[in-house]
Amino acid sequence: MSVGKPLPHDSAVLHVTGQARYIDDIPAPAHALHLAFGLSRIARGRVVSMNLDKVRAAPGVVAVLTADDLDRPADCSPSAHDEPLLSDGTVHYIGQQLFLVAADSHLAARKAARLAEVEYEEEEPILTVEQALAANSRFEDGPRIWTKGDADAAIANAPRKLKGRIEMGGQEHFYLEGMAAMAQPQEDGMTVHSSTQHPTEIQHKVADALGLPMSAVKVECRRMGGGFGGKESQGNALAVACAIMAAKTGRACRMRYDRDDDMTITGKRHDFRVDYEVGYDDQGRVLGIDFTHYTRCGWSLDLSLPVADRAMLHADNAYLLDAVRITSHRLKTNHQSATAYRGFGGPQGVLGIERVMDQVAHELGLDPVEVRRRNFYRAASQLNEQPQHHDDPAPALPKDGDTDLASRGAQAQLPESEAEPEQGRNTTPYGMEVTDFILHEMTERLLETSDYTARRDAIAQWNAENPVIKRGIAFSPVKFGISFTLTHLNQAGALVHVYQDGSIHLNHGGTEMGQGLFRKVAQVAAARFGVSPERVRITATDTHKVPNTSATAASSGSDLNGMAAQNACDTIRGRIAEFLAGLHQCSATEVRFADDQVHVGGETLSFEQAVKLAYEARVSLSATGFYKTPDLKWDRIKGQGRPFFYFAHGCAVTEVAIDTLTGENRILRTDILHDAGHSLNPALDRGQIEGGYVQGAGWLTTEELVWDDHGALRTHAPSTYKIPACSDRPDMFEVNLWDAPNPAQTIYRSKAVGEPPFMLGISAFLALSHAASACGPNYPNLDAPATAERVLAATRRARG
Amino acid sequence: MTEIAFLLNGETVRAGGAPTRSLLDYLREQKGLTGTKEGCNEGDCGACTVIVTDPDGGLKALNACILFLPQLQGRAVRTVEGLAEGGALHPVQQAMVEHHGSQCGFCTPGFVMAMAAAHAQGRTDHDDQLAGNLCRCTGYAPIIRAAEAAEGAALPAWIDGDREKLAALSAQTTAGEAAQSADAAAAPAGGRAPYEPEAGRGSDATLTEAPGFIPENADELAAWYLDHPEATLIGGATDVALWVTKGLRALPETAFLNRCEDLKTVETGNGRIRFGAGVTMTRVMETVEAPYPSYAEMVRRYGSVQVRGAATIGGSLANGSPIGDNAPALIALGATIHLRRGDDRRELPLEDFFIDYGKQDRQPGEFVEAVSLPEGRDSFRVYKISKRFDQDISAVCAAFDVTVEDGTVTQVRTGFGGMAATPKRAAAFEAALTGKPWSMESVEAALPALADDFTPLSDMRASAAYRLEAAQGLARRYFAEVSGQRTSVLEVKA
Repeated sequence: MSVGKPLPHDSAVLHVTGQARYIDDIPAPAHALHLAFGLSRIARGRVVSMNLDKVRAAPGVVAVLTADDLDRPADCSPSAHDEPLLSDGTVHYIGQQLFLVAADSHLAARKAARLAEVEYEEEEPILTVEQALAANSRFEDGPRIWTKGDADAAIANAPRKLKGRIEMGGQEHFYLEGMAAMAQPQEDGMTVHSSTQHPTEIQHKVADALGLPMSAVKVECRRMGGGFGGKESQGNALAVACAIMAAKTGRACRMRYDRDDDMTITGKRHDFRVDYEVGYDDQGRVLGIDFTHYTRCGWSLDLSLPVADRAMLHADNAYLLDAVRITSHRLKTNHQSATAYRGFGGPQGVLGIERVMDQVAHELGLDPVEVRRRNFYRAASQLNEQPQHHDDPAPALPKDGDTDLASRGAQAQLPESEAEPEQGRNTTPYGMEVTDFILHEMTERLLETSDYTARRDAIAQWNAENPVIKRGIAFSPVKFGISFTLTHLNQAGALVHVYQDGSIHLNHGGTEMGQGLFRKVAQVAAARFGVSPERVRITATDTHKVPNTSATAASSGSDLNGMAAQNACDTIRGRIAEFLAGLHQCSATEVRFADDQVHVGGETLSFEQAVKLAYEARVSLSATGFYKTPDLKWDRIKGQGRPFFYFAHGCAVTEVAIDTLTGENRILRTDILHDAGHSLNPALDRGQIEGGYVQGAGWLTTEELVWDDHGALRTHAPSTYKIPACSDRPDMFEVNLWDAPNPAQTIYRSKAVGEPPFMLGISAFLALSHAASACGPNYPNLDAPATAERVLAATRRARG
Repeated sequence: MTEIAFLLNGETVRAGGAPTRSLLDYLREQKGLTGTKEGCNEGDCGACTVIVTDPDGGLKALNACILFLPQLQGRAVRTVEGLAEGGALHPVQQAMVEHHGSQCGFCTPGFVMAMAAAHAQGRTDHDDQLAGNLCRCTGYAPIIRAAEAAEGAALPAWIDGDREKLAALSAQTTAGEAAQSADAAAAPAGGRAPYEPEAGRGSDATLTEAPGFIPENADELAAWYLDHPEATLIGGATDVALWVTKGLRALPETAFLNRCEDLKTVETGNGRIRFGAGVTMTRVMETVEAPYPSYAEMVRRYGSVQVRGAATIGGSLANGSPIGDNAPALIALGATIHLRRGDDRRELPLEDFFIDYGKQDRQPGEFVEAVSLPEGRDSFRVYKISKRFDQDISAVCAAFDVTVEDGTVTQVRTGFGGMAATPKRAAAFEAALTGKPWSMESVEAALPALADDFTPLSDMRASAAYRLEAAQGLARRYFAEVSGQRTSVLEVKA
């Protein structure tokens, strides 16, 4: 069977030969125009005057548009209609789009866009957490606060207490393919090619901007050159701009951001400050905890509310907390609007409590792994309760009729629902019973295979003998909730055709950004028909084939689209089986599809023969499939319910070395054990784990976003923003899958794997902290990203 | 520019137009070869990596985004479309498929080109060979597994094929045609293929840049530059190209120096090593490997193979960057810079060349002809501190050369980058250490003097306070290292 095989990425050969086509590689239709935005140079204020004469007169320029030139307001927001395509005169960050240039080449458009003469009336920008709090500049009317038990009392009564703070920076996605779109006017609508994780949202925003029904806009995406969340909402502006200019000029329009523009314009991971106050006992068990999250969301709402929610949802990570309060401030600042990024706030929440575990262990002189294990949720194997199942509640519909229902940002508009906490002894801070916790067993195995204890002792020995180079080692676990927290997004569709020659055409709502989704879903389809995967033709995501898709996000791509495709395949297979059973006067359940053959009533047909017979008998060989995740209910205002279908787990041990004279550091070795359920494709899953880890470690080490005092992003290219390079991966890198079936009924009992391994990079950060702590008696209070500069400061604090 | 001729995937092509047009734009926009990707347009990500073969048959990986077309005169370019032959994947391509080396696939063409170049040269130091290629998906591990799997596989036939065709191309191009001058109009000479139309190219092709001048030797350059002192001289273009791709600057007059073989000589003798200004940093690195391993290691780290293979030592000094890593090392080594204006030559200590931010001791029409340094000093070390280990600009670069006789410091030479508006020596620190016993106590006692030497700035790479602290840390490291302590995180293994 094709499921479970380590098959290569569906486009592997196209990738290595340069034949894989990305948006900017699509040959331009004749007379295509190239677009560029003119950008704001101040962070906050008003445009007093904008003289675009020189822009219009520049060589090659065909058209220039400002907000006033648009026939209808064009908005790019995935949530609150607060992102005009072109500024309405107010300016909210450096990089905001003021006007749009169309020229006969990419370079001509870029050059022309710089010729604008713009006068501003500047206001003092709101850039820091302190400034935002002082100005009460925030989204929502106040902080969100979720509680379980009485945190204040538990902390007050605890035998030991500590307080602390960790600052963690944001992160640039740095998808290698920058944002790109192309629009081609049709006789009665628009076709848009977009590098997007969310074709339906592009369709919605383009239709809205053009005053067309969604049915008149077709959005297609064969693949992205990386997404990581950055192409969930941030591609809207390019697609809308291309569509508007194409409609105005009747010419195809294409746009790609130069890398510097891309980094200047688009949103990044939210940076967080996490304050914590903890009460704990002598064994290191946390008795009460109070977290306060501060996050700078940037100028517009985008997806900040669900991101900040997910940070709260993962503030427990793998630990059973009886008394907890989580307060979350979503601050509005004059920066790029922070957006989705792999983990979607989860990593920030997880790092908060991992820091607490680390510091508690340091204060008690205990092994941090032991402290973690003492605080873990109870193991699934120790629980008597069976997984609970619930009826689907009626969906809570957003209040605002204009809301983009298919966006995670629609969460902002949801009314309160009536979810109640589940009753049990193993519940999360949001009242969900944890019934599938397997980190006890995974931890034990990883500590053994990584030889953790012996290496920890050897490192202590090294540190005693070496004054300059110190080493550190750390373990960190992750428990990650799988599902969109906006319940109605947990649905997917697929479209499958079987042609009369036995070839199979597969389409679904998920997008391919490198994660291997298309291959995995094709493996599912092949398995359902009992054929080899080569028979399944994978096709571009296309809003005209499968409508109303959710973003390929929240790690849900295989879970949702795999199930939808299975459903479609099974419909067709059932029809063929029923027809053949009629011919052979047996039961349809006795018809077996395997090895590219169909076995029925003692006879064996080739798959082609079976299909040909069915076609001739006028059996429909095309079907749509649909899936919705069961058992979800969630009230984000109260912070109560069952937002997740299940949890995915993983754990890592990382060893590092630091130079205590300069703070320079290296990752030496990483061991990972990760839970992908029964993997649909262990090779692709391993790729997600290795890649996720390195990206997570990059977030917390070399990747530093720096804005100056005017609000200008100073790290806007790879020359100044440093993602991990080849030699930054661990020298020794052992990755293994915890190969056990998902107790939840997922596609072939697999588990989502896109986001969870990202958080294993936290072990690298904690190892750096451990190494710094070898310099002295004090807790080093390392902040992230742990650049050489921050590591050196941490060694100084450790020395005291 | 004047029309140039080069090989593209084995076929002779001729190109004209603006001399600052990048090879990347030419490939994608004019030739429809979209396998070569634009990831950053500044030579930092490697997605546009192509293989370039020189007339002498040497081949290397280069970034197409920061290669100007005139630099390709008489060379052979191989893109990802030309890597596989006869329907069979190149061994690195095959290994990348088998080892799951691609995910989103956008960086992949650049990776396979860099891997193929390394493979052709028999290189197995994969981390270094691929330091200039960024991948955001895989975490690199499967790519390295693929590179290892392809080691030793048979070389593709096109490598020799391109070399033979290059020789033929060179024979076709008469000396007279090759020695093009600025006066030569773009009109095609008799017998040549017709001038290629600028199909698919927008208005920016018509910008009014003078044809690029491509001198064949230093004498031609010297004479021409006297008459065109405002021109931009372009060695490897690894810096100048960014003025165009990022600054969108027009360069009204340009000269491309990479055909001046007499600027590419390395001479040793009389206790000195003399590098012609056009010597690439790859060759500098190879040359200093034995006498100055720490200098070679620093060069290895600061530029990827793509950048080292293009960048020249003369260019790195002539641009006067306060954050370039060569100058601090060479200053501490007591290097001499050799300048030429017309037929007049002069030389001066490198440290005196850098006058102020963006200002060097160079007259109109005067260019860097060579740089020379002593042949070997065991006491020399240079260190760079950057956010990322490989291919990053230094927050601080520090070079030390302390001479100790009978336990007493008799001479100190330092060079610092990232600490001031120009690369320079730490005079107060040197004075504080000279004459003292060679001990950590003496080093510690001299460290505060660094604060008298430098008032560094805070920027996106580091704070002022860290720069000073790290500079002091590097002075301590120097003492610890020459005293035999473990000081390099690179030497530690799990």
